[in-house]
Amino acid sequence: MSYISKPKITHPGLPKNTLGLTARDYEGAVSTLCAGCGHDSVTAAIIQAVFELNIEPHMLAKMSGIGCSSKTPAYFVSESHGFNSVHGRMPSVTTGASAANRTLTYIGMSGDGDSLSIGVGQFVHAIRRNLNMCYIIENNGVYGLTKGQFSASADIGTKPKKGLPNQQEPIDPVSTALSLGATYIARSFSGDKEQLVPLIQGALLHDGFSLVDVISPCVTFNDHEGSTKSYAHTRQFYHHVVDADYVPPAEEIQTQYDKGSAMQVELHDGSKIVLRKIDNEYDPTSRAAAFKYLRERFNAGEIITGLLYIDDSRKEMHDLMGNIETPLSEYPLEKLHPGKDELKKILARYR
Amino acid sequence: MATVNDVVIKIATVNGTGSASANGLLMKSIFRMGVPVVGKNYFPSNIQGLPTWYEIRVTGDGYQCRSNRVDLMIAMNAQTYARDLADVAPGGWLVYDSTWPRSKLLDREDVTVLGIPLSKMCNEQFDGARARILMKNIGYVGAVAALLDIDLDIITELLSETFASKPQMIDSNMDAIRLGYDYAAENFVCPLPAKVERCDKTKGHIIIDGNTAAGLGCMYAGATVGAWYPITPSTSLMDSFRSFCSKYRIDEETGKRTYCIIQAEDELAAIGMVLGAGWNGARSFTPTSGPGISLMSEFLGYAYYAELPAVVFNVQRTGPSTGMPTRTQQADILSCAYASHGDTKHVLMFPSDPAECFAMAQQAFDLTERLQTPVMVLSDLDIGMNDWMVPDFDFDESGIPDRGKVLSAEDVENMEKFYRYLDVDGDGIPYRTLPGTHPKGSFFTRGSGHTKYGEYTEDAEEYQEVIDRLLVKWETARTIVPEPEIQYSKFNKAAILSVGSSNGACKEALDRLNAQKISLNYCRVRAFPFADSVKEFIGQHEVVYIVEQNRDAQLRTLLMLDCEADPAILQPLLHYNGMPLNAGFVVKRILEERSRGQAA
Repeated sequence: MSYISKPKITHPGLPKNTLGLTARDYEGAVSTLCAGCGHDSVTAAIIQAVFELNIEPHMLAKMSGIGCSSKTPAYFVSESHGFNSVHGRMPSVTTGASAANRTLTYIGMSGDGDSLSIGVGQFVHAIRRNLNMCYIIENNGVYGLTKGQFSASADIGTKPKKGLPNQQEPIDPVSTALSLGATYIARSFSGDKEQLVPLIQGALLHDGFSLVDVISPCVTFNDHEGSTKSYAHTRQFYHHVVDADYVPPAEEIQTQYDKGSAMQVELHDGSKIVLRKIDNEYDPTSRAAAFKYLRERFNAGEIITGLLYIDDSRKEMHDLMGNIETPLSEYPLEKLHPGKDELKKILARYR
Repeated sequence: MATVNDVVIKIATVNGTGSASANGLLMKSIFRMGVPVVGKNYFPSNIQGLPTWYEIRVTGDGYQCRSNRVDLMIAMNAQTYARDLADVAPGGWLVYDSTWPRSKLLDREDVTVLGIPLSKMCNEQFDGARARILMKNIGYVGAVAALLDIDLDIITELLSETFASKPQMIDSNMDAIRLGYDYAAENFVCPLPAKVERCDKTKGHIIIDGNTAAGLGCMYAGATVGAWYPITPSTSLMDSFRSFCSKYRIDEETGKRTYCIIQAEDELAAIGMVLGAGWNGARSFTPTSGPGISLMSEFLGYAYYAELPAVVFNVQRTGPSTGMPTRTQQADILSCAYASHGDTKHVLMFPSDPAECFAMAQQAFDLTERLQTPVMVLSDLDIGMNDWMVPDFDFDESGIPDRGKVLSAEDVENMEKFYRYLDVDGDGIPYRTLPGTHPKGSFFTRGSGHTKYGEYTEDAEEYQEVIDRLLVKWETARTIVPEPEIQYSKFNKAAILSVGSSNGACKEALDRLNAQKISLNYCRVRAFPFADSVKEFIGQHEVVYIVEQNRDAQLRTLLMLDCEADPAILQPLLHYNGMPLNAGFVVKRILEERSRGQAA
């Protein structure tokens, strides 16, 4: 249970990042999720991603709504502030938090119920504003805490443990985000840490709204035969289309990439994301092409993963508004009003 | 009967025809003559084509409420002519546009009907349909100036100020003023027996609406994040904040904004943004109205329990449901006091006029940061959107804003361990840290059960300990919220107790009753939880008339709940038809209650 703190075992041999911290320093409380829950793998991927990015724990803010996924901020980076808000409302809280202090790194943990049903309005409007955050959906197609009802991401024909198969169109967060103009869109699988970690790293560093939709099977309510969000089904049908490698600032690219298939994206801190296209036909910078490709493969029953779309040309929320870099929360109050004499001048207009 | 500086002018027009600026010009010209005025706008929930009225009460005595009487009707809307004629007090006057003949003009012998061919004159003088309509409005201002003896020089001065950048507009507007003025002067005996005379009672005063004042107050308070969803009648509050910020909130060095206004997708998001910003250390607020409060309720309960600051302005309108969005009421008192599920209650503030909107905007930010709980400022449409004459606002530059118990990085560094919800000082208010300050200061904000150390719990005792400590904080709030305004007359066992915009009518009613040798004490509550002095005040009386603008006596209920006041003492005196309260109603009802009491 989350109120049981995890014993901290330090090993002198553990690697340290540039802040002198080990991966252990980025851990949180013990998870209270079911054994084998995909979300715990995502938590582990986040810990590795943040550790490798050398993010100071207190400069990270962990935001969430309600649901199994929204519990997870308690399980990583215990030295970060967390805000476990109300159901479906994580995007608005993050928007306000960012408005107050744009210098923190925001990671929002959500689920398919939290983002695609009760919170779908806030999800789409955070994208519209190009809110600078990493938005992770732990997508399992069901409501876990209320015991197994379908969510809006359930595929047509997927079978519940009891009752009839789903007949309603699923809401796909990736194509939804694409149609709304999100500027970094990725999909991955909780069981593929190698792919997931760099996708999260790119999302954390991208200036603007980054979506990482992670298929994260629910072992208790949606991991049976006939479910399209089970481990077995996902493993069988998922395909890497574009993988991403994260290259830290001032580091040379070591890997040899095939000509024509590698694409480099420079991030604001000098680091790079190198996209490796597994399918050379795919163009992750074209919204229209991405949309078409996703739709075709979806219809063929494939689960397409990787960094599916990126646009680093669009301004994020604060820059669109022309806001100051200094956190508004730190701007001295006495400089925020024009004083007593100016008030007299203002009032003169009302005589 | 001849009167000086005691006349009510009501102007009936069609909305969307630009009459607002003409009415403003008329009201301000009287104000500039040194004569106190009250302006009330009765407008439809519509953009163009429906009847609208503007009422200017000229009150040499400086009363703040509307009068339920009309002396001079400017009946420019044929659609409402019959009803407008019926509204005029016996002995009053009615001006209409005599360009077109009208049937049934004179079915009242006690009203003098004055016809002025305004459309005809404007059509001859001006080109273009829009100009003709606008100038017709300015034309009636000219006619009223002649009828009431308003100084033309002041009107010229006001027009010159308004059109400083378009001098040709000054001349054309003055032409229209002249058309109306000269026609009235030539055809009628001017001035009328009810007239306006220069005096010196508006010095040190301004004319402003409450939403503009509140927006200005937020700017002066150092609010940096405003999130909102448009809703009548609160929208102009954010418009005001935005307009002041665009001028005064540009960082000198960078030329960038030191404010962030976000038009949210709905009120659910607006309050979420406010809470996120408050959690992160910015002074943040949202203006809304009743339906918005309903949507915000889930988050307001969260903020109460997780102890987050937020300032919410509720510019109340007539409910229930969509109700009458352009009419006023004080009917969200209970829904705000107890917004949300579970054991939840909120600090409320009740401004009575735009001056208090300005002052309370600043106090609200201090209180919410001090108390780490939402503070709701309950204005209403009458205060928020009508023009009030109020004393000049003051701003204390030396005053240090209260940012509450926020620990710095140094504070945290020197602590052994930081716990978010510990009552260290015994006042029920714990210490908080802001994200980004220090790794040792991190904590987890949650709406689920938590211990005093900030950890998740489902333990009965640990849960209750925190919920009980919130009551300690509630009692601290009681001691620091604004005190009531209390005035005692001669020794008396009866009193009026009111709230917010009911104040003006109650004050005038006290004077009128006093003239009839009925003297009552008066209390106006300014905040919830009620200060101890409210309880004491009620305890001193045998009967307290609770004057409020809702059907269900919500303030009275709140007094019973929070002050354990004896219901037998609290006599409800309720006005809830959507029109602003008038003194005549209060006087009449109190006389009725008294005669009933004597008969019993």
